[in-house]
Amino acid sequence: MIGTGAVVAQTAPTLEPLNAATGIFGYIWLLIALPLAGAIILLTTGRLLQRWGHLLAVALVSAAAILGIAMLIEMMGRAAEDRAFEQTLFTWVFAGQFNVDAAFQLDQLSMVFVLLITIVGSIIHIYSIGYMAHDPDRRRFFGFLNLFIAAMLLLVLADNYLLLYVGWEGVGLASYLLIGFWQYKSSAAAAAKKAFVINRVGDVGLSLAIMLMFVTFGSVTFDTVFANAGEASDSTLTWIGLLLLLAAAGKSAQFPLQAWLLDAMEGPTPVSALIHAATMVTAGVYLIVRSNAIYDRTVFAATAVVVIGVITMIIGAVIGSAKDDIKKALAGSTMSQIGYMVLAAGLGPVGYVFAIFHLLTHGVFKANLFLSAGSVMHGMNNGVNMRRFGALRAAMVVTFAAFTAGYLAIMGIPPFSGFYSKDKIIHAAFEQNNIVGIAAVLAAGITGFYMTRIMVMTFLGKARWEDDAHPHESPPVMTIPLIILGIGSAFLGMALVYWGDIESWLAPVTGIEDRPLAIATWLLELITLGVVLMGVAAAVWVYRHNVPIEPPQKVSALTVAARQNLYDDATNDLVAVRPTWYTARFLVWFDNRAVDGFVNGSAAAIGGLSGRLRRLQTGFTRTYALVMVVGVVVVLATLALVMLP
Amino acid sequence: MTQIGTGEAIVFWVCAVLSVTGALGLILSRRTVHSALWLALTMISLAVLYIANAAPFLGMVQIIVYTGAVMMLFLFVLMVVGVDSADSLVETLRGQRVAAILLAVGFGVLLTAGLGSALSGTMARGLDEANAQFGGNVEGIARLLFADYIIAFEIVAALLITAALGALVLTHRERIRPRVTQADLSRQRVASGAPGPKPTPGVYARHNAVDTPALLPDGTLAEDSVPAPLRARGDLRPIDTGAVEETRILAEGSPAVGPDVTPIADDPGSSPGEPR
Amino acid sequence: MNPENYIILSGLLFTIGALGVLIRRNAIVVFMSVELMLNAANLAFVSFARINGDLDGQVVAFFVMIVAAAEVVVGLAIIVTIFRTRRSASIDEPNLLKY
Repeated sequence: MIGTGAVVAQTAPTLEPLNAATGIFGYIWLLIALPLAGAIILLTTGRLLQRWGHLLAVALVSAAAILGIAMLIEMMGRAAEDRAFEQTLFTWVFAGQFNVDAAFQLDQLSMVFVLLITIVGSIIHIYSIGYMAHDPDRRRFFGFLNLFIAAMLLLVLADNYLLLYVGWEGVGLASYLLIGFWQYKSSAAAAAKKAFVINRVGDVGLSLAIMLMFVTFGSVTFDTVFANAGEASDSTLTWIGLLLLLAAAGKSAQFPLQAWLLDAMEGPTPVSALIHAATMVTAGVYLIVRSNAIYDRTVFAATAVVVIGVITMIIGAVIGSAKDDIKKALAGSTMSQIGYMVLAAGLGPVGYVFAIFHLLTHGVFKANLFLSAGSVMHGMNNGVNMRRFGALRAAMVVTFAAFTAGYLAIMGIPPFSGFYSKDKIIHAAFEQNNIVGIAAVLAAGITGFYMTRIMVMTFLGKARWEDDAHPHESPPVMTIPLIILGIGSAFLGMALVYWGDIESWLAPVTGIEDRPLAIATWLLELITLGVVLMGVAAAVWVYRHNVPIEPPQKVSALTVAARQNLYDDATNDLVAVRPTWYTARFLVWFDNRAVDGFVNGSAAAIGGLSGRLRRLQTGFTRTYALVMVVGVVVVLATLALVMLP
Repeated sequence: MTQIGTGEAIVFWVCAVLSVTGALGLILSRRTVHSALWLALTMISLAVLYIANAAPFLGMVQIIVYTGAVMMLFLFVLMVVGVDSADSLVETLRGQRVAAILLAVGFGVLLTAGLGSALSGTMARGLDEANAQFGGNVEGIARLLFADYIIAFEIVAALLITAALGALVLTHRERIRPRVTQADLSRQRVASGAPGPKPTPGVYARHNAVDTPALLPDGTLAEDSVPAPLRARGDLRPIDTGAVEETRILAEGSPAVGPDVTPIADDPGSSPGEPR
Repeated sequence: MNPENYIILSGLLFTIGALGVLIRRNAIVVFMSVELMLNAANLAFVSFARINGDLDGQVVAFFVMIVAAAEVVVGLAIIVTIFRTRRSASIDEPNLLKY
């Protein structure tokens, strides 16, 4: 066992009392209000703002970003125990014992999320100006984007689970609207519906968890729940943990609710970058890390989280390796990377900080990778088939440079940002369990493989362009955000470790633990790097000749399965869709035959019975007299039986 | 408690047999009039039983009102409906007879068993005291009737008046044709060609017995000279055919006496109408 | 001999009257059977009056007779009226209330 089990350093999360929001923190509500106002204005004024509405959206999100940065500076100036702020707007629910306020909590954890959402969001907004320049519905697009930003901020700033749920649903709605943005494409509409429905399954988990929390703790506010978590029974805590895991799995496209993420690539690329790479899919990780007080106390649920994370990490990587659509390949990668984060979150205090760390770096480099893919698509007539790309490094230099930065970051090549965050996760995994650690290293190797595959098929090798493709670099409005994100991919990790000290920043919220390993840390990092380079070499070797334009049919069973997304749609169909369909058909049959049959049958029975009974009415007086005498005899007999003995 | 003496026992058994016979006769007779008469028998024997039960007033009322008035009313209506109307005793409703007999037997058995077991061993208190209380049965009943049951008495009186009125209303027949006056009758007669009154009884009579039919001028029998009941029964006396032939010849206007014919007037010794 | 013999006789006459109602077809005979039943009831009343030593039974029998008389009047008037139109006194004739 590589980890010796002894704890070297440990800090428990401190539940310090929240400061009232004063000064700049009195404007926490403005963070949400700005993009929300943008959404409302853009979506209700219609054609009026067709020409400059998108600029308003960009301005509002940027303003929120600047406000966030100001708050960060202010927060950094305070002592570590003094960094949490709470602002109550109004009492939202007052129903007997169930009282919920519309209140915000800004602490270290939500601060980093606010920055990620607003800064990356602003960058993507600017990129979208160029990407959606020719789309007639651009105004609506920016309205939806702003709506998403507002909902996501609400999610991370809420101080109770119910308000978080509002934000949760809001981002689900925005995701649906944006995936199905090009409604006239039936595939897009179907994908949006699929995403929403699968998300809904996860949302059931969140609602049940909230109900359970209310029943157990009497309140759903974070402070109350976490302060009293120690007093709840083990089974209750385990159930809450499992239900929250279900919710996270739905939102973050983890096994078994991962089928929607690849279809979600039907949406415009900025949407894939913002929502399905950087922010919305990370909401599940936020939920788990925020609820660390619960997961710390239930080994079963935490183990379940780890298992889900590991499974998704592996299957995401495998699926991403077999996709020819560049966006779908990157989506598989996202699934896998979030599996890393979930895995780290499930490891407990050893991993919470690193989960968030990886979340931040992944947000930047994945957005970078997606926007680069968007730039490539823009230059290749919106084509996505990598088998028709190739040798684009000369035609799109800036895109290639940005993509390379992201490529190196995601694989964990030092000193790019992914190296810092991912290796810490692998380290934490080995601290807890060898198998988990080995799986993490293996997934790193597969990451090297599929990323190199994308790089080779898109930018290197020979050109396999279609006849009408004239690849050209994108306009500056698109390339400048790429450059910014590329720089971020390169240096963010270093910055957060050496300058920002993310561990001590987040430790007061999540707690942190450190256990020594039997082998030295640098050795582990070296082994991981070796595995990654093996993956790279494998990809280079597979695609050393020309990349075939038609996907080869003589491939291994694993490839066939991976091309079918490891049969997740088929499984969902079998497990959920078909039984529901059969149940519905059965119920219809039951309604028609049994219920209607019963009703009609009883009517017919009564009709038949009355048809028989009316023959009693013969019309003859003597028959009636006879019946009367029968009655008299019956009465007499009864009397005799009752009274005589 | 008074004992029931043997005299009363004999009266009871005789009258019981009579009334049951009457009842059975009522339901089993073919002709309706016979049923009515059987019922009268039952009622009279019941009257005797009432008297035996120390209810002389009621016994008399039974004979006078019930048998005398109500049964006679029945007989009057029987006359209207048809005194010779007879039911065919074939049962038309399927199973009615069998079911009726079974039920009646069952009913009787239950009634008898119930009443018998309820009343076994009862002794009669006797009405001597009650009758003596006000000086007699009639006085006692009158006392009860006009004191305790006065309201019921008044209501029943109203009921009787209503019944009488009801009978009047029900049997009233509206005149649907205009009343024929004497002037109209006379006009009809003149118009029919026989203005004179019809011959009075006996004009065409051959004999003054009511069952001897009269002869019309042309020698045929006048059917309506014999009352209808006799006609219906076919009780007509046969007619002297010689007289018929003689009458016919006289009607034709030829001399009745010829060389072969014995003159009527010369035939001595027989009374008119007697057959020759 | 017990006074209950009168009661048994009354029950027997009542039964015969009921049988007559069920069996006979002529309306007047049916009516007469009903009268028989009433008479039987009267006999019972009078016997009970004697058994209980009370004249109330006799008074009630008296009332029964009056009501029976009224009933006969109206009933026979109805039979006569029906007979006038239908020319028949059978109670099986008016069967228009059949199904």
